[in-house]
Amino acid sequence: MGNIIFEFKEGLFIALRALKANKVRSILTMLGIFIGITVVVLMSTAIKGIDNSFQKGISALGSDVLYIDKWAWFSNVEWWKMRNRRNITMEDYKKFKDSAKLPLAVAPTLSSRQTIKFGDRRVDNVFLNGSTSDYVKTTNFTFAQGRFYSDVESNSSRQVVVLGSEIAKELFPRGDAIDKNVKIGKESFKVVGVLTEQGSFILGPFNPDNRAYVPIGTIFKNFKTMHRSTVTITVRAKNPALVEETKIEAEGVMRKIRGLKYDEPNDFSINQQEGLMDNYNSVVGVIKIAGLFITGLSLFVGAIGIMNIMFVSVRERTREIGIRKAIGAKKRTILTQFLLEASAICVVGGIAGLIAAVILSMIINQFIPTSVQVDVVIIAIGVSLLTGILSGIAPAYTAAKLDPVDSLRYE
Amino acid sequence: MNIIDIEHIAKIYQVGTEEVHALQDVSLRIDKNEYVAIMGPSGSGKSTLMNMLGCLDTPTSGKYLFKSENVSQMSDNDLATIRNREIGFVFQTFNLLPRSDALHNVELPLIYAGMSYLDRKERAEQALADVGLSDRMHHKPNELSGGQRQRVAIARALVTKPSIILADEPTGNLDSKTGEEIMQLFHEIHAKGNTIILVTHEEYIAEHALRIIRLKDGLIENDEVVSKRYTPNGNIAAE
Repeated sequence: MGNIIFEFKEGLFIALRALKANKVRSILTMLGIFIGITVVVLMSTAIKGIDNSFQKGISALGSDVLYIDKWAWFSNVEWWKMRNRRNITMEDYKKFKDSAKLPLAVAPTLSSRQTIKFGDRRVDNVFLNGSTSDYVKTTNFTFAQGRFYSDVESNSSRQVVVLGSEIAKELFPRGDAIDKNVKIGKESFKVVGVLTEQGSFILGPFNPDNRAYVPIGTIFKNFKTMHRSTVTITVRAKNPALVEETKIEAEGVMRKIRGLKYDEPNDFSINQQEGLMDNYNSVVGVIKIAGLFITGLSLFVGAIGIMNIMFVSVRERTREIGIRKAIGAKKRTILTQFLLEASAICVVGGIAGLIAAVILSMIINQFIPTSVQVDVVIIAIGVSLLTGILSGIAPAYTAAKLDPVDSLRYE
Repeated sequence: MNIIDIEHIAKIYQVGTEEVHALQDVSLRIDKNEYVAIMGPSGSGKSTLMNMLGCLDTPTSGKYLFKSENVSQMSDNDLATIRNREIGFVFQTFNLLPRSDALHNVELPLIYAGMSYLDRKERAEQALADVGLSDRMHHKPNELSGGQRQRVAIARALVTKPSIILADEPTGNLDSKTGEEIMQLFHEIHAKGNTIILVTHEEYIAEHALRIIRLKDGLIENDEVVSKRYTPNGNIAAE
């Protein structure tokens, strides 16, 4: 046992000295691994970051919320068939609300793109979300200031608005939005509430932070005609476990409201964030695999560099190997020595790459979210070690099986 | 007891399509504390014999008993262990590790033997002191003269207290004065009870030994005890 430890220490000592003796060569070889590990780690932290913010964003939508809509978010139904479906009207919504027993809350939603102005400041293309006061119950909104519009305000279509955090930031940099009158389109709306930051960038215009909320009546009054509009009925189940039952009930109730016969297909769709998740996974999953594969290639190129340099190193030190064998080094000893050398290159390069990646991801985090996690650190070091061992194995084996007589004679 | 007992060994190399009989049929016994010179012109098979004796190579046929152990059939790793424990090599070109200082070079066989740091340091320092290099322990080979390098190599060969010292043209790369000093060192080592096998093609070097084996065409031509030999002070004296 003692032998193995001493041989290991001697091997490590020789490995580090060999690296020091060929500084430039070692650094250039490490560079390959350095770049490889940097991009792999960076890629995986970016993927992790995007995943996290998507999760966060999607949970802002709520896993227990159903969206009954004319359009399916994801389906194989041809778009023109969906276009020919009858609109979902406010009447449908009212009937649904009265008939459905399971939901915690039901709210109609209708959106319209508008410009919001306050003084010189303006935000274009805001998704204006029109609904009833019940809408807030279908969300997990929290308020930075003020409140959601009330039942009374919603029923009487009062010109009041709740601003998403980004919109509020744009229009009221000093945070004094409450009770100010903003212009939406040509109309004046009073700000009654400002949301705290809810979602994440990944939802784009669906991000609650980039939206403004008004009573649905004000939309019909100012921006859209009721008989041409189709609303989305937002339904929240009492708890996530009841989502399926709520969905089944909703389907039955809707079919009845729409007067569908048993053999007629649904002329509406019940959407869920689950579908969003699947869609995300199928799109981003491919990007993930492609990204890791491409960045993995650069690590592979680094590994080839190491293998190459290890072969050179073995060739250069043939005589040294001969000497060591003559005075009693076993195959195992020589093998360990060269594996350690390759691993040392990789681990040093890998740790440097990891540090660079962490610093870079902190910088990138300013623009898109990244997430450095302990497992990434461990995996990165593990991968560099593995790369070292794998790329060192062939050269080390070549060294180990050299014939002592031939290698002593080698010039 | 015989340290080395060789019976009818032969070594055949395949060079291209031709078979080279480096050793045809060699039998040989070497006792403890003998001082043997192996001589012969190039191509006589003396290097091959030395590789055999040093357990660097195994014979094609025949039997080699080292301290009654049959090494002719041993695996590479077992041979490495034998070399480490039983054989001290001294080479013509010294064969020191260029990047290691004298002390580490001498320590190396002890590392492979699995000796602890303090023990091997003490042994290596002692071995270097024995060859008169106490003040050069931390010098690298390129900071040492040829004679000093060969002394380091001898210290390395002695440090494991091996059964035989195998010296292959140990003075071949040295000037004659330094060469004589090295040969004198071998006398001292022999006087302490060590067994020495010297491979050389120089008559005057071989005459330091007590027994000369002459090889020719892979066969032992002559094996005789020397009557006249060089004494440590360089004079020819009757034995």
